[in-house]
Amino acid sequence: MFVLDTLTHRLKRGCETMAYPHAAPPPLPDRHGGALRVDASKCAGGCSDCIPACPTQAIGRIPGGPIQLDLGRCLFCKACVEACEPGAIQQTNDHRMAVRKREDLLLGAPGQEELRLAAALDEKLRKLFGRSLRLRQVSAGGCGACEADVNVLGTIGWDLSRFGISYVASPRHADGLLVTGTVSRNMELALKKAWDAVPAPKIVIAVGACAISGGPFIGHPEILNGAGSVVPVDLYIPGCPPHPLTILDGLLRLLGRLENSDRLMAKAG
Amino acid sequence: MSTSTAFALLANGTCLPWSEVPESSLAEFLQATRSELDRGGRLCSWFGVPDGDAVRLVSIVGFDADNTLAAARSAPIRGGYPALTLTHPQAHLFERELWEQHGIVPEGHPWLKPVRRIAGDAPANGEFFRVDGREVHEVAVGPIHAGVIEPGHFRFQCAGEEVLHLEIALGYQHRGAERALPGGPHRTTMFQMETVAGDTTMGHATAYATVLEALAGTEAPLRAQWLRAVALELERLANHTGDIGALAGDVAFLPTMSACGKIRGDFLNLTAIICGNRFSRGIVRPGGCGYDLDPDRSSRLFEKLAAALKDVEQAATWFWDAASVRGRFENVGTVHASQGAEIGLVGVAARACGLVRDVRFDHPTGWHRFGQVPVAVWPGGDVFARARVRSLEIQRSGQFLKEQLLAPPEGEIFSELPPATPDALAVALVEGWRGEVCHVALTDSAGKFRRYKITDPSFHNWTGLALALRGTAVSDFPICNKSFNLSYCGHDL
Repeated sequence: MFVLDTLTHRLKRGCETMAYPHAAPPPLPDRHGGALRVDASKCAGGCSDCIPACPTQAIGRIPGGPIQLDLGRCLFCKACVEACEPGAIQQTNDHRMAVRKREDLLLGAPGQEELRLAAALDEKLRKLFGRSLRLRQVSAGGCGACEADVNVLGTIGWDLSRFGISYVASPRHADGLLVTGTVSRNMELALKKAWDAVPAPKIVIAVGACAISGGPFIGHPEILNGAGSVVPVDLYIPGCPPHPLTILDGLLRLLGRLENSDRLMAKAG
Repeated sequence: MSTSTAFALLANGTCLPWSEVPESSLAEFLQATRSELDRGGRLCSWFGVPDGDAVRLVSIVGFDADNTLAAARSAPIRGGYPALTLTHPQAHLFERELWEQHGIVPEGHPWLKPVRRIAGDAPANGEFFRVDGREVHEVAVGPIHAGVIEPGHFRFQCAGEEVLHLEIALGYQHRGAERALPGGPHRTTMFQMETVAGDTTMGHATAYATVLEALAGTEAPLRAQWLRAVALELERLANHTGDIGALAGDVAFLPTMSACGKIRGDFLNLTAIICGNRFSRGIVRPGGCGYDLDPDRSSRLFEKLAAALKDVEQAATWFWDAASVRGRFENVGTVHASQGAEIGLVGVAARACGLVRDVRFDHPTGWHRFGQVPVAVWPGGDVFARARVRSLEIQRSGQFLKEQLLAPPEGEIFSELPPATPDALAVALVEGWRGEVCHVALTDSAGKFRRYKITDPSFHNWTGLALALRGTAVSDFPICNKSFNLSYCGHDL
């Protein structure tokens, strides 16, 4: 009877995979806050209260200009949002945060109030990877949380494999690396070897504040302040850790598979 | 109880003036530590405090049955001392660490090699214990593993399929978390503590905050202690559920694997109701909590918790009902109770050998003084027992949470901390989901950290995994490894 029971229970649970990206994404937790936005015009007083509030020194001031916030260092602790009385630093509740270039995470300069969302890969790479992307995940000097939320995308709720994306055991079977962690000096060689073993053309995705900048450990001599110091990065996904929705958005955005969803979101306002 | 005068007693989550930590000559200090361990004490921490060009040794021993801790220190020493490991194997990694950090040589240590430091290009380039013989072969795995997990290197000595010996070389995750602390707390310290082991954010953050509160001669408001206890159990539920699912996956029992993968996420989302982050970031702040759980949030949490608990109960029942699962887990990867006690196992791994070790019960601090969780113990020491303890703890933590959420204490959630006591030693133990998280802080004359020692439960338990593999097949490694599910970064710091 046992097999029958198992099957019945399983059937009762039904399909548990979310409809996104064909329907609206699940909401972020209300206290998450999403990506930050820096409105320099509200920073006219120049109090600089946000600068010492930031644990990772992600905020500085452009000489004679407005403040600049580096979302690649940001741990999303919201201390700056609370410190900023004029409300120049605000939460957008937007889960979309992946960018193609490191400087696209710098907020504050005129016209750069928000991060510049990632463009898709060029046509040739999209043709190669668009419907089948195999990633070798390299965990290098992180805390395990980014790994956990990268992993969760493989579970039935998110079901990453429906997009043709999967994590593979060998870099030789991979189209690219997904790096998490600060990249400790002790992992430098392993990361280099993994990169060399991936056949070209290949891409690198840096997930989390550590892999982008070193995160809470930025500047420690034991680490290399992120993946960019060892391998060329094609996609940056900020967060500590990024919400699974943010990671999935980044992967699909890179493959050019979110155009419909973006249109839907724009329509919904 | 009576202890030798070489040790001063203190309770978990309290502080002692450094001058009241008895100082003895090296020989007396070593002798006293040995005799306390012989009487059933457990080495919670063992480290050096630099003093000019010499080093003082500090020993923190836990007497679980007496609900008390004991601290002692040696006179400044140079060079070396006869290793404790020879008579008390639970000291072996502590002594290697002491040698690595301060150059003090534990003489006669049977396997003195670095714990985290780089050897050539990577820790695996160091020397490994080798078994010789014509039929013997070596299997090397890592640092990068097949799945999405942290890096570490495993070196098996095998005769055919049988594992004769497993040596685990870690250090790949070393970020300098502990090295950065003297002179602190710094602006980033709280955030580094939350990421010492990212799946144990509540464990390490609570231990850190408790140390600071003890040094300030105060406690967090009761409501904050309550919320920390709630979030700690949510962390346990998420991780235990994930582990049950991973174990099911490793024996190809897909219904439980699929369900638990999802339910684990449901538990993480419960934590996100409190703080917006699935990994408890921002909940603990020295002096209290960074967020409160208003009644509306609390009832939402309660409702979703009840549903997730029902789901996980169902998924676990499928799993335990299957003879194929039980048959695969029983008598595999056994660590006997005597071995567990000898190497100083903690947490789930210890309780699965029948050892009653649980900080929430043995050394209650914070809210655990008022709300108790029964200790889940299972004899056997095999993969089955470790899975069983997790399953029991899911039930008990779930019950605890249901009770607690219905009866929150009123009051403030945060109060500003007074400055830290100068020249004082504080100890905090927290039962993280893997086991005992131990933080020890020593302040200087200005109240800044002079030395800070972090011990993740994995530091004690990696040796347990190595022992569990002896006599099993290489193909049993995945289930043995998952049944411990230890932290690499928590060990590597």
